[in-house]
Amino acid sequence: MTDAVKPNVETTLVNLTIDNVPVSVPKGTLVVDAAKRIGIDIPVFCYHPKLEPVGMCRMCLVDIGLPAVNRETGKVETDKQGRPVINFGRALQTGCTVEVAEGMVVVGYTEKVQKARQDVLEFLLTSHPLDCPICDKGGECPLQNLTMAHGRSDSRFIFDEKIKLAKHVPLGEMIFLDRERCIQCARCTRFQDEIADDPVIGFEARGRSLQIVTYSEPGFDSIWSGNTTDICPVGALTTTDFRFGARPWELQASASLCTHCPVGCNTTLNTRREAKAGGEMVVKRVMPRQNEEVNEIWLCDKGRFAHHYAAKDDGRLTGPLVRRDGKLVAATWEKALALVAEKFEGAGKGLVTLAGGKLTNEDLYNLAGLAKARGGKALLDSRMAGGDLTAQVGLSTGSNLADLGKGDAALVVACDLEEEAPLWWLRVKQAAERGATVIVANPRRTKLERHAAFTLRYEYGHEAALVTALVGSFSPKRADLPAAVQALIRDKDVKDAGQAIAGAKDLIVFYGSEGTGLAESAALARACANLLIGTGHIGRPNNGLVAVWDKANAQGGWDMGLRPSADLAADLGAAKAAYIVAADPAGDSPALAEAVKAAGFVVVQDIRLSATAELADVVLPAAAFTERDGTFTSGERRVQRLHPAVPAYAGLRGDFAVTAQIAARLGVAQEKRLATGVFNQIAASVPAYAGLTSAALSEVREQWPVIGRGDVYYGGTTYDNKQGLGVQLPVSGDSPALTFEQPAEPAKFKGLKAVPVTRLYDRGTTVTPSAVLHPRLPGAFIALSVEDADKMKIEPGQKVQATLNGVTVEVEAHIDNSLAQGVVLAPRSFGLAIEGPCEITVKK
Amino acid sequence: MSTVKGSHILLRHRDNPALSTFEGYIKDGGFKTWKQVVTRMTPEAVVNEVFDSGLRGRGGAGFPTGLKWRFIDKNNWPHYVVVNADESEPGTFKDREIMESNPWQFLEGVMLTAYAVNANVAYIYLRGEFWMLAAELDKQIARLRKEKLLGMKLFGTDYELELHTHLGAGAYICGEETALLESLEGKLGQPRLRPPFPPSFGLYGKPTIVNNVETLANVPLIIEKGAKWYRKFGTEKSPGTKIFSLSGRVAKPGNYELPLGTTYGDLIMTHGGGIPEGRKIKAIMSAGASSTLIVADDKALATPMDYESVPALGAQLGSASIIVIDETVDLKWLVDKTVHFFNHESCGKCTPCREGTYWMNNITQRILHGEAEQKDVDLLKDVAMNMKGKCLCALGEFATEAVVSSIERFPKDFKIKAGAKTIAGELKVMHD
Repeated sequence: MTDAVKPNVETTLVNLTIDNVPVSVPKGTLVVDAAKRIGIDIPVFCYHPKLEPVGMCRMCLVDIGLPAVNRETGKVETDKQGRPVINFGRALQTGCTVEVAEGMVVVGYTEKVQKARQDVLEFLLTSHPLDCPICDKGGECPLQNLTMAHGRSDSRFIFDEKIKLAKHVPLGEMIFLDRERCIQCARCTRFQDEIADDPVIGFEARGRSLQIVTYSEPGFDSIWSGNTTDICPVGALTTTDFRFGARPWELQASASLCTHCPVGCNTTLNTRREAKAGGEMVVKRVMPRQNEEVNEIWLCDKGRFAHHYAAKDDGRLTGPLVRRDGKLVAATWEKALALVAEKFEGAGKGLVTLAGGKLTNEDLYNLAGLAKARGGKALLDSRMAGGDLTAQVGLSTGSNLADLGKGDAALVVACDLEEEAPLWWLRVKQAAERGATVIVANPRRTKLERHAAFTLRYEYGHEAALVTALVGSFSPKRADLPAAVQALIRDKDVKDAGQAIAGAKDLIVFYGSEGTGLAESAALARACANLLIGTGHIGRPNNGLVAVWDKANAQGGWDMGLRPSADLAADLGAAKAAYIVAADPAGDSPALAEAVKAAGFVVVQDIRLSATAELADVVLPAAAFTERDGTFTSGERRVQRLHPAVPAYAGLRGDFAVTAQIAARLGVAQEKRLATGVFNQIAASVPAYAGLTSAALSEVREQWPVIGRGDVYYGGTTYDNKQGLGVQLPVSGDSPALTFEQPAEPAKFKGLKAVPVTRLYDRGTTVTPSAVLHPRLPGAFIALSVEDADKMKIEPGQKVQATLNGVTVEVEAHIDNSLAQGVVLAPRSFGLAIEGPCEITVKK
Repeated sequence: MSTVKGSHILLRHRDNPALSTFEGYIKDGGFKTWKQVVTRMTPEAVVNEVFDSGLRGRGGAGFPTGLKWRFIDKNNWPHYVVVNADESEPGTFKDREIMESNPWQFLEGVMLTAYAVNANVAYIYLRGEFWMLAAELDKQIARLRKEKLLGMKLFGTDYELELHTHLGAGAYICGEETALLESLEGKLGQPRLRPPFPPSFGLYGKPTIVNNVETLANVPLIIEKGAKWYRKFGTEKSPGTKIFSLSGRVAKPGNYELPLGTTYGDLIMTHGGGIPEGRKIKAIMSAGASSTLIVADDKALATPMDYESVPALGAQLGSASIIVIDETVDLKWLVDKTVHFFNHESCGKCTPCREGTYWMNNITQRILHGEAEQKDVDLLKDVAMNMKGKCLCALGEFATEAVVSSIERFPKDFKIKAGAKTIAGELKVMHD
């Protein structure tokens, strides 16, 4: 990124003319960017507005002149007409590496420049295979487009002398390299170095043999790899997901959102009608949709590739199922709904609704409404707390992580940010690069530490204590403070980090769920809120608390009035009727499976037959996120809208509509036709959402850099955002009281202590249906400390038996040398029975 | 071999072979200047003396050395000195002789330079094939350490200095100073964008002075005897002596240290003994493979070899590696040779050089093997012209010099004879 587009930099304006058009741009702007701002296209290949310029491809050569300055007077010389005399350099210059200067004259229309463009293109094409008819990039290819615009009409290179290179080189399981198509622009390698900080690909050899290779094992080992295919200006890099799948001009585009994590990345779903799908519309690929306040132009590979769970394959539910003679059999909607209504009626206040955090606000609103109307419980399927606090002291309107810079701070606690919310990792890293003080507090090493000014270690269970110690106003001698807090207050790094936090202009605190269950999470969220309140970092943009939620719309769940259960097994077990929507407690934990079995009457509403659905009395199908309308509220409290991309199966509706139909049969009136209708009710009744309209969510503003329009050469194939940037909610305005809670001492166990951690690539129900990710999905595993592994003589990779909460699973043993002795990492969503810290026994 | 007995500044070992040993160099007064400088002179004074001497970089560009040293960014630390000992230009073999036979003077020059720019570490980057030389230099550096001429608290002052050698991995491009720095940092040897230049952003992003071996070998005598003394040699704008590496069709090839401003005729005909077997001189390459071809007429032979005069011939003094071409040489062969070299050595970073050298080589091969038509010669020249002024570094520009100048200045050599199937056969003599 050039200085010109970074916030917090001086904005002295510089005046110049480009192709005779006068323009004023901030000092430090590059000539290509200045031209772009006024709609003048200087063609580029290697240059990308998000990357440092390298001037390699030479496509952007332009004539650049500067006013002649009289050496004696120091004044600009003028001609007879009083116009400044402009001195042009002998050679053309690369517009991507030259910064604007006062009085500069840039010319791109002269014969000299036009010929230079033609020459560079001719050079590029001498080694290019020109296999556009079979190339995935054909139709959205910068090389193709710029050749049309500036290339020669004939070829002077003897075709038979064209270099022959490998065309199907797997850099990793997800990305293929066509070495013939590569034009050595280094966008991919620079993206991996500068943006992703995973320098796993690079150039090898030299001259015409220069080629991209991967250095990692497995190849191209980065969760950001898909982005390189967007910014590759030719068809050299393609994804295994989309490769040879469709031609770009056959694709339709629908605005959507990623539903995997709380960042809420804006996406575009590319769809096409396919014969092999029986003439159905099919989602062919997920592309980033530019939102400079959320995901910029990037997506992580989970967001890009793990969309197949919504595909219309054999695993999808297409109609209601009712248990008859112990078996789930197909039933009509009328019969199924009547049965559900009858049983819910009978359950009275014993109705428990459990909602998954990947439901839309509209679904959650109707679900909560139904539960409340019936006097039942409205539970959110989450093991994290603090949604009430984020509503009070969370990020508010006008916040943008891109604004964090020098003088600001970000605290990331109990969180492996790249694994839990990849885009936030990227944005916090960039904040660090802009000069923000990043403080990472986690019991083990995480990738964000590379960019941290302070790395704080604490014992699992002491996360709230650590944050309390950071408040900085406590004396270590205060007898009422737990020993853990007293010890942490004495730590020099904690003290220094606390000072940096107190002195920060703006402060954002991210808390995750590393090692925490619901109880620990509540203490941690409270401590984080205290830190923000205590240091005066609330109620202003770019200040506040961000929960790195375990589900994409957990914030929306809290806002709609649902709450996680302190004892889900008990709540479910005691339910007279359970209405479980987009959640799979039985799949998550054997204990919860028992609870589901114990529940009176179980209705499961989902898109696939989950483990919980297998136990249900009635299974109701719903439309997937690709098939429906709705809104999500991100962890940054930005309300964003997704649109249907493909039609749902006949008769299938969004979850809100199914719920509304049940409600109607119980005499509860709910909007069942349009999601926007529910949204309007939310706007009318949920205070934080007051006054929100669908129109407001659909508003767009000019974004920089200009990306995703006809000029795919400039920023890549990321989509321009025409469907809305969303609206960030205001904070409640109430200054919450500083309620100090004594951080509890962590539970002690006789043996080893297992702590839950979150991995991006898990074996959850939204990940495993995507075969493209399978090579990268680890099997069930645990991570041991070096000491414990030595003591038990366990080698890395060895299979061991891990017993948690009475359930034994065979797992692979990993060793993490940053882990303290006595602690075992147990990843969530890998079939291990873990919801919070618990005892674990490991046997060989 | 030597020119005029006793007149050398750089190749002094030819007058006094004992200089190649530490004892011999000390006996000759070696490292007295070093001690003097560290104990009595300020770094600025050293820079000023070199600036006043008018010494210009001997690597090829001829940039004033003292001025380069003054450019070093004094608000950014530490500073580094990097010696460019990657001597890879075809026909250039001067640095090798200095390091082989007069190493102590070279090392003293490096040390003085480091002191002048307040560097405590200097790296000598040698081409990979110089591994034996590097081994010798390592021993010599160890000896300097042992003699307390290198190390901490030199001569009781607070100044400290360490020297290290580093071997390249066989890429010509690493003679380009920024590619050299990348390689020294352990990265792929590709040139960086300039500006910023190394004196402000060099090794590891720190201010760095990169100088050629021959340049630095001048420094001890400039400091010892003064700028005025140095200016007695050469011309006003190109003071001092220069080692001319003479090769090609000449009776006595080798290194000749002569004052700048000596004419081509003097070097080739007098010192070099003229062309063997009474053949006529046809052309001169003035700076190795990176040269245009000079038509070797009387005017050219009377031209003084200095930074100002050579450009009048449509050429550059460069590293002063003079390759003599006689009348029996077919320039089709020569052009193929140079283009092949640049194709082989292009780093591939920028498009015109990566693709242009590859394409040109395809054409020169066709021309050489009698498979070309006259229009291929035009195409070759056009490709070269299209590369010009568009490349990221000088390598790509240099790759076009021999091509364009040969075709323009020696059109007869590029007349494609109808029916001439293989020129390669006629060229057998060239390969002997």
